Formats: sequence, C-alpha cells, structure tokens
Amino acid sequence: MSITRRLFGGSAIATAMLAGNAAYAQDDMRIALVVKALGIGFFEAAAEGAEEAAAELGNVEIIYTGPTDTTAEGQIEVINSLIAQGVDAIAISANDPDAVSPALQRAMQRGITVVSWDSGVNEEGRMMHLNPSSTPLIGNTIIKLAADHMPDGGQVAILSASATATNQNAWIEAAEEVLPNYPGIELVATVYGDDLSDKSYREAQGLMASYPDLKAIIAPTTVGILASCQAVSDADKIGEINVTGLGLPSEMAGCVVSGATESFAIWNPIDLGYSATMIAHALATGAATAEPGAEIPTGRMGSVTLDDTNTAAMSDPFTYDASNIDQFKDIF
Amino acid sequence: MTDTTRFIPDRLQSPLERRLKSWETLLLAVAVSIFIVNSFTSPYFLNAWNLSDMTFNFTEKAMIAFAMALLIIAGEIDLSVASIIALASTAMGAAVQIGIGTPGLVLIGLGVGLICGAFNGFLVTKLGLPSIVVTIGTMSLFRGISYIILGDQAYRGYPSDFSFFGQGYVFWVISFEFVLFAIIALIYFVILHNTNFGRAVYAIGNNPVGAEFSGIRVARVKFILFLLTGLMSGVAAVCLTSRLASTRPSIAFGWELEIVTMVVLGGVNILGGSGTIPGVVIAAFVMGLVTFGLGLLNVPGIVMSIVIGLLLIGVIALPRLWEKWKS
Repeated sequence: MSITRRLFGGSAIATAMLAGNAAYAQDDMRIALVVKALGIGFFEAAAEGAEEAAAELGNVEIIYTGPTDTTAEGQIEVINSLIAQGVDAIAISANDPDAVSPALQRAMQRGITVVSWDSGVNEEGRMMHLNPSSTPLIGNTIIKLAADHMPDGGQVAILSASATATNQNAWIEAAEEVLPNYPGIELVATVYGDDLSDKSYREAQGLMASYPDLKAIIAPTTVGILASCQAVSDADKIGEINVTGLGLPSEMAGCVVSGATESFAIWNPIDLGYSATMIAHALATGAATAEPGAEIPTGRMGSVTLDDTNTAAMSDPFTYDASNIDQFKDIF
Repeated sequence: MTDTTRFIPDRLQSPLERRLKSWETLLLAVAVSIFIVNSFTSPYFLNAWNLSDMTFNFTEKAMIAFAMALLIIAGEIDLSVASIIALASTAMGAAVQIGIGTPGLVLIGLGVGLICGAFNGFLVTKLGLPSIVVTIGTMSLFRGISYIILGDQAYRGYPSDFSFFGQGYVFWVISFEFVLFAIIALIYFVILHNTNFGRAVYAIGNNPVGAEFSGIRVARVKFILFLLTGLMSGVAAVCLTSRLASTRPSIAFGWELEIVTMVVLGGVNILGGSGTIPGVVIAAFVMGLVTFGLGLLNVPGIVMSIVIGLLLIGVIALPRLWEKWKS
C-alpha cells in the first residue's frame, strides 16, 4: 500500500500541483487519533482500541500521532499536518481546550470530522465530545463495587479527596442518591484525605477506630484508595474491610493480590479509543449526525447519546479485579 | 641569474567563488534538497495552502531568532525569550478581562516584552552579570509570575479582530505572520549589515575590550540588543496568543532552545563575532521544511527532534571535515 502510494506520489507530482489533494482520493477512510503526547501507556492502550475498531469496520486506516511533550503548540503542528494530508477524521485528546480550537475549526472548514475524547475541546472546536463516563454512572459504580461484596449489608464509609474537590463531591452526591437502591448498605461517614497519602492514611485509620463494624471503605480518588489499602493491610484487617473506589491498575495491583481490594474501577482506555474511533467513523461517513439528542452506535460498546452541549458519556467505569489486573497493570 | 616568474593572484578568491563557498549557499542547497525530497515522499507537500500552513511552524520563532542572532554575534545570549512570551501573553489576557481593545492589547504585549528585555539588559550591562546566568534566572522568574497569576486556569475571550495577527491572511495564502516575518528579516538585515550599529555588534563580539577602546559604547549597544530581543518576544507573543486565541502559563514552553538552534544552524558563531541574517532566514525555512515534511509522513515528534539534532551537527561538522580532508 505505502509503496504503491509512494510510486504514485512520485510520478504524479505535476498532477498534484494542478489538482491539489483531490487527485489523491483514498479508498481507505483515514482517522487520526491525536493524543496529548506519545509514549504514555494510557494513550498507547487507546490506540490499541482504535486499531480494534478499525479492524472491525474494515477499510479504515488509523494514524496514531501526537506531540513529544504535552503542549498545545505541538498539537497544533500535528493538526496542521493532518489537515494538509486531508484525513477524513480527527479524534483528539486535547492538551488545552481553547488553544487547539482555532486549528480544529480550520480542519472542520476543510471538511474534516473532528471529535474530542478523554480531555475535551471547547464547543466551537469539535463536533462532539466523548467523556469516559458520567457523574451518575460513577456515583452508582462506587456504591455497587462495595455492595457486590456485602451480601448481608453493613456499614460503609467514603474517603474522598478535599472537601472542595468538584469532581469527587459530584460523584459522592450521585452515590448518595442511588443508596436507597442498595438495601442494607449504610453510609456512616464521609472523610477527607485532601489527596495526600499520609493524611488519607490517618483518616482511614480513624475510620477503622470509630466504626469497628465497618465493612468497606470507598475512595473515589487514586491517592485515597491506595492509602486506605495500605492502612487496612497494616491494621491486619484484610478480609474484614474491603477497600474499593477509583484507582489506577498499576498502583492497585499489589492491593488486589493481597486481597485488601476485591475490585475497583476506572475508565478503560482501550474502550475509549475504540468508541472514539467508532464515533468518528459514523460521523465521517454520514451514518450519524452530531446534534443534541442524537444516538450514535459504538460497536461492541453499544451506543452513546449526545446532550445539549454535544457531549456523551461512554459507559460505567470499567471494573478491575484479580481476573484482569495483570493485563492492565503494565498499561497505566 | 635565472629568470623566475611567479604567479601572484590579484585576490585570493573571486567574489563569486567566495559566495559559492559560503555557509548560506550550503544551507540553501540543504533547504532545496529537503524541499525536493519532501515533494517526492508526500503527495500532499506541493500545495499552496499546505505550504502556507507550514510557515506557521517557524515564523514566530524566527522573529525572535533575528534579534537573538545579533545578541549572540555580540557574545551574549537570552534564554528567557519563551518566558517573556508567557508573561506578555498573560498580561494581554489580564487586560482582556478588564475590557481593553485590540490596539491596547498589542501595546501591552510589546510593552511587557520591552520591560523584560530592559530588566535582562540592566542586570547584564549595569551589574556586569553573565547573560547566560541572568537569563536562566529570568527564564524561571517570568514564567513563574505567569504560573502564579494563572495557575491551571486560562485567559480567553480575546476580541475577534485580535485574531488577525495570528490567523489572518494579507493576500490569498500569504499570512499576516509571514509578511511580518519578511519585514522583520529585512529590517534586521539592514541593521546588521548596513549600519554603524551592525558593525559595532560584530566588533563587540570579536573583541569587546578592543571595541571599548575604539570608542564603541559596548554596554549601551548590548542594552539595546536585550531591548530588541525583549521587543521581538513581545511581537511573537502577540502573534502566538492571537493564533491560539487563549493564554496558559505553559505557552511557548521550550522555544528558547529551538530559537538558539535556528540561530546556530543559520551559521552564527555561538561564541560570537560572526553570522548573517540571510543564514538565519534560510535556517528558519530548513527547520520548518523538515518538521512539516516529517509531519506529513506522520513521523513521531521524538524522531523529528533527532533529525533536527543530526542536521545541526551535520551541517556544522561537514565543512570542518571537508577542510581537514583537503589539507
């Protein structure tokens, strides 16, 4: 493929000068997956998901690219070269929601489909944005993770980041709303470790001392979940208290192996790259339109629905446990 | 007595020969060959709009590179240029929040650049500190102020007519930035190669003590050079901020090294004393052509850095090796 294109390119320079990109109509649809920077495990995994989607769709070429370090200027140079190549779609995780917007608007003016995923672009700079999850989905997941391992019900406590952390507060509020759906589960306290390892560790110790019957600690923060796991292990309460919440597989592998954590959740980068590619393909072929209320199919992930700001949530956070931790701990 | 005749040339090299063997000619040959290679490796290269897009990869950096070239020829350096962009851009962003219009924003951007340049110049010429130490310090200082003001926030909401500087076109595919780049190149060409000031810059770079004794006000010339570098950083800040339509404290991060690379690739002696503006212009095009050409082939950025590094070493080492091989 690349050799034929190179030969074609070489012999047809004159045509190119006259006709520009039109002379190079491709059979394949080319979708560029632009990431914050190359060489980051999370994004390599997303690229894997994009390739999976491409294989499933057929006739799709994935261009996995990004700058060397996480700068907006570097991403703009990448976007400019993608515009020049006349790719069909750009799916970007942006380093800056505003700075890349003018370049992406130019891409859309030249007929390129632009979607953002993971880290979004402002509304003018993209057709739609794909969030890995949503506040209600995360709130429900963190309670469910605890309840799944408490068949007889019991006391749970939440160890959050700071009392002013917008994300965590929204998730905890959503969790409290769905609590009635899990009979027998009693939320006894919410404490704050300020996303500091030592403070989170002490708060976890405090919870164990104040509530001797505590069955689970839910920490919707990567720092808090790790510190709680450490506190539970050090207090020799593995098996009595289950630590769960949102964590990174690379950091949590030890906790899952020791049994302090039965399971935890976080978004799955493979699914995210897969879904972003599916959406970009659907929009670029015209099979779907990016407008509020639209439902866009995403292959094995089902479908997503756009809200008023053309933003969609992919799915529940992905659950990691002893069965899959080995596969993901090297990725991110 | 034997009659011996000896051939004594009027001059060592003809002007044409000298020009053919110059650094600029070598660099121009490199630029042309990269252009030709790009045309063959990517079918998207030879397109007026794409070539126009390419110029944005280097115009802002080159504007600063011209002032930096003069500074390096005079034996000094300014590593705080990228941080001046950050501070000037932050000042413009803050001004937008209190409702200042486009002309005011431009003045603020250039003004902050001048003040930063004056601060560097003062520390170097009045206090006699080495410029590399001073500007490593102000590199952290200027960007640090931006981080204190902005943190993880961004300034946006620039007026729509402000976008002309970084996104506007003067004629067809000729962008405003490219025209500005050409005008600034011309101005610096005249300053360095056709004025007493330019001769003073060379003299200072070759022998600062000798220059002082010949009646050149060394400190004043150096101060002006720092002012010019600050001003050019302000100009680049206006263009870049307009192109990004927003300000974050990480703006233009790491540009100082790319700018110094451009200057050195352009044939300016890093130890001072020699160099030309046409050399820097061609070097700007070489770097733009290489990064854009590789970008079209979707070569990862880290490979691009390696290519630029090898190019720099190669272009500098080859003439030396050639000399050695001949003798």
